[in-house]
Amino acid sequence: MITLTDVHKTFGSNAVLRGVNLHVPKGESMVVIGGSGTGKSVLIKSVLGLVTPDAGTITVDGQDVTRTDRDAFLARFGMLFQGGALFDSLPVWQNVAFRLLRGSLKKPKDEARGIALEKLRRVGLTEDVAYRLPAELSGGMQKRVGLARAIAAEPEIIFFDEPTTGLDPIMAGVINDLIREIVTEMGATAITITHDMSSVRAIADKVAMLHAGKIRWTGPVADMDSSDDPYVDQFIHGRAEGPIAAVR
Amino acid sequence: MTAALGSLGAAVLGLLAAIGRFALFTAETLSHLARPPFYGREFALAVLNIGFFSLPVVGLTALFTGGALALQIYAGSARFSAEAVVPQIVAIGMVRELGPVLVGLMIAARVTSSIAAEIATMKVTEQIDALVTLSTHPMKYLTLPRVLAATLVMPVLVGVGDIIGIFGGFLVGTERLGFNAAGYLQNTADFLEPLDVISSLVKGAVFGFIAALMGCYYGIHSDRGAMGVGRATKTSVVAAAILILAANFILTEAFFSA
Repeated sequence: MITLTDVHKTFGSNAVLRGVNLHVPKGESMVVIGGSGTGKSVLIKSVLGLVTPDAGTITVDGQDVTRTDRDAFLARFGMLFQGGALFDSLPVWQNVAFRLLRGSLKKPKDEARGIALEKLRRVGLTEDVAYRLPAELSGGMQKRVGLARAIAAEPEIIFFDEPTTGLDPIMAGVINDLIREIVTEMGATAITITHDMSSVRAIADKVAMLHAGKIRWTGPVADMDSSDDPYVDQFIHGRAEGPIAAVR
Repeated sequence: MTAALGSLGAAVLGLLAAIGRFALFTAETLSHLARPPFYGREFALAVLNIGFFSLPVVGLTALFTGGALALQIYAGSARFSAEAVVPQIVAIGMVRELGPVLVGLMIAARVTSSIAAEIATMKVTEQIDALVTLSTHPMKYLTLPRVLAATLVMPVLVGVGDIIGIFGGFLVGTERLGFNAAGYLQNTADFLEPLDVISSLVKGAVFGFIAALMGCYYGIHSDRGAMGVGRATKTSVVAAAILILAANFILTEAFFSA
């Protein structure tokens, strides 16, 4: 469904992606792991068109993402940002229903609010939260609101950017379980980027490791621990010693 | 010598590139006027923030400036026994120059900084990326409503500032300098011409456009982190203030050159 072929991206003198090849079939939950600054966020932003690759092709259902109707293309996606990226000036329910209140998926206001409240309930938040501003919520609640916004329009494809960063282990577990449940019940294709191994084990069907601008290893999550790739081995066990330099 | 020329060339190229980027940003902003959707709620909020909530600062600035102007003109004109011209000079000074320029600079301080800081923070916290993923064009949602609102409400603010400024001069003239109230108002009304008022309002619209555009431009092009937000805010205000003063000179030349 999502295919990246020989994707390159350089910022100034920093070559972040150096020929990424990755295929994510429909309905699969792919988790991309890798150290900080290895280009995981750039990878998913390239698919969404937030970053324009210097070379290579990215296709979704065989269609080049640079040659599609942007509005229709983006309507198929939901994304949970690392920091939530909630709009400060809007109450929570309007954040969740943002896409449903404008554009091609616009619905009547009451209907959009109803969907927002239902999605908030789905991520374990009560109705009173809906009328607060994002700044009044804890980090975990903001993440859940971001998750509710990502699924509000029932997208076919969902991206999760570091979904558990900054959360305590219990809240991280709650978010991981929610993501797994939602992806399974919606039958959505998901790409999650993280360096949290508990997230990987909870969310992934398959895992890809990004290192030095390339996909170094990819395989089912069950095979990850028995991978004989020294980079994967060092990363998943969090060892300071190994082929990945600890100081980058 | 070659190195110096190289540096000069690089600086000129950098300046030209910046002008090009700014021109493209302006053209793209304006192009969204003709391309739906148009975000009415964002426009209404911008009118409220830029227009209504700026009234106190505009009013106070104009009031004190008009009063001080009356005192200065009185003191200056007394040297050649021409104290009677105070109402006329206050009126012409406020309407043609001080009203639009001071309101423009106050809006640059209050609104440009606020727009730049808000949009830069949205960029740093990925809210602008989130807008894009939610099929909403950031220029259409953030820039156009603010620029349009500032362009439309600034003439009103300048008009209010002109009136309050003249009123400040009137208060000082009648309460402190002993002018007759009816005579002061009559002289003011007789001396002002329609072109004075038109130039004031046109300047207001242009300054509003500049103030909002600079806030949006530097906000959207902000660097990362708190330092990036701070730099975007500072640069936007400085750039807006300089452009407002430069535009004021050009417009004054256009309206009043002999």
